[in-house]
Amino acid sequence: MPKIDEYAPAAGAAAIEELKVIASRLQGKSILNVNSTAVGGGVAEILNRMLPMMTELGIRPRWELIKGGEDFYAVTKKFHNAIHGTRQELTPADFQLYRDTLKMNMDTLDLDADLALIHDPQPAGLIDRKPAGAKWVWRCHIDMSNRQDDVWNFLKGYVARYDAAVISAPAFSQELPVRQFQVPPSIDPLADKNKDLSDEEVAAVMRRLEIPLDKPLITQVSRFDRLKDPLGVIAAFKLIQPYVTARLLLVGGSADDDPEGAEVLAEARAAAEGNPDILVLCLPPTSNVEINAIQRASAIILQKSLKEGFGLTVSEALWKGKPVIAGAVGGIPLQITHKYSGILTRTVEGTAYWMKRLLHEPAYAKRLGENGREHVRENFLLTRHLRDYLLIALYLESGRQDFIHL
Amino acid sequence: MTARAKEPFRFRNRLTLAEVTGRKAFNINELLDGIKQADDEVIYYHTHRFIKQFHHLVPEGANDFAYWVTNTVQADRLGEELTAIDIVRYNSLADIRAAFTATIERHLAANPGPARTVAPGREFHFMRAVRFSLPTSCAASDYASFLDCLRAVNSSSLYLHVFEARLRPPYGVDDFSHWFKQEFGDEEVGREISRLDPYSYTLEGLRKRIIRIIEKRLGEAANA
Repeated sequence: MPKIDEYAPAAGAAAIEELKVIASRLQGKSILNVNSTAVGGGVAEILNRMLPMMTELGIRPRWELIKGGEDFYAVTKKFHNAIHGTRQELTPADFQLYRDTLKMNMDTLDLDADLALIHDPQPAGLIDRKPAGAKWVWRCHIDMSNRQDDVWNFLKGYVARYDAAVISAPAFSQELPVRQFQVPPSIDPLADKNKDLSDEEVAAVMRRLEIPLDKPLITQVSRFDRLKDPLGVIAAFKLIQPYVTARLLLVGGSADDDPEGAEVLAEARAAAEGNPDILVLCLPPTSNVEINAIQRASAIILQKSLKEGFGLTVSEALWKGKPVIAGAVGGIPLQITHKYSGILTRTVEGTAYWMKRLLHEPAYAKRLGENGREHVRENFLLTRHLRDYLLIALYLESGRQDFIHL
Repeated sequence: MTARAKEPFRFRNRLTLAEVTGRKAFNINELLDGIKQADDEVIYYHTHRFIKQFHHLVPEGANDFAYWVTNTVQADRLGEELTAIDIVRYNSLADIRAAFTATIERHLAANPGPARTVAPGREFHFMRAVRFSLPTSCAASDYASFLDCLRAVNSSSLYLHVFEARLRPPYGVDDFSHWFKQEFGDEEVGREISRLDPYSYTLEGLRKRIIRIIEKRLGEAANA
């Protein structure tokens, strides 16, 4: 894992100094994280990177995993989907299974810490065993703006007893008797998918993947999912083809284990059929350096989503200093200020218009990319994410004042 | 200019945590109600934090209210008026709130028709700032070390000392001007800095401008 000072070139030396100053007020404090998985998924990815940084800063982080059988995970999967807005049928037995499993975990997990960050619905019920004097924060990573009432009301019974709640975007907030803070997710600038690559490294990847660079490349990186609108991307590109010299690249996973993904991939391939300037590429899920190189080789990056959670892939693209055209959905407008740090669109035609315009106005496109990168540097790097958690710890430790002088 | 200050200038930094209040506005009437009932930390969040968060953007937006009215409600005239509210000219957040309230009330009186309501998902979210003031390792005792610090501190430190400082005693005066006047009797630096505003420069541009002001004073002293 990188040392904290290694983040200085990306985040700025002052940001690292800030972290050290804040952490100096939290020396020796224990911060417990509880979630449901140690690998895979955004939460585990962030914790794997963030906890070593906490240790280096003199804080004592711990990480506990909630355990349960397949039936428990089936119920919490339903919770997740219901909170995310997909209608689920839950029975009284489902809720009871949740209570029973949480009770079993309370008896086995070590919940002793000065501060606890309890991630997402799965472990929320652990609040029943909150140690006296500890401060507990419910950290929800899910878009709750279309949540299902029965599931939310059940969870709210737990969440309302926390010291604070943390959400990723204002639109995800719910009526709660506790204070809610906005802490957006983040990207790790030193991870394989974001780290700096030399021109030679980029060129080598592009040669290996047989992606020609004789024309400006417009790229969308996303799984083959209707909500990412790959067919809309192809339609938009076809609209501008008579007027521009460019190539479109759609990159996603192989979708072998996802029947709908396979269907969408087949539709995208059919739409690209016979058009030599539209490439559809499937890469294995470990292709982080390859995705990084493709983004760096692109002239424009698209994220034409119709629905998104936070849409952190936008920050990954902006971090490469590229002009990004993205759907104005989910957390994307927090990452892109239209016409300042990228372009927000809502239609195929709008996407086509802006692709053409950015290809024809490279100086403006460059400026968007530069602004976007600076916006990410300031707001969406792992160091800012860690800083926000530490500020919440300080806020709770200091008696919840609105103004804290260190 | 080789004189040393009795009291060094200690650069500090401002950080904020964003609190979601849960209050939303779907039209200009609701925006007005929300602003009227907002406490100082809400007004701070949507005016001062906004400039800091977007400090690298050219042209910068002025404040969250103006940005939403202009780009989402698309009430161009009101958006322009809200953009023109110069928040650094006010000495308190209450005065800033009153300025926004008066401007929107004037607009509503002149445009009494039904208000345009934006679609769900495009509403305005009222937020609050929990503010933290942090020490930095930079401290200056003379013009030269002040220049060194100016080059080293981050942009939110600049913002804190140049603009936010005007909201606390001595009201309307930035920290840099106050220090140069108190320690060296230099009022010229203050005159130059008081003419700067966050709408004409990015914070990096502002840094360069202040550096030039201090360098000019040093040069004048050398030639005197």
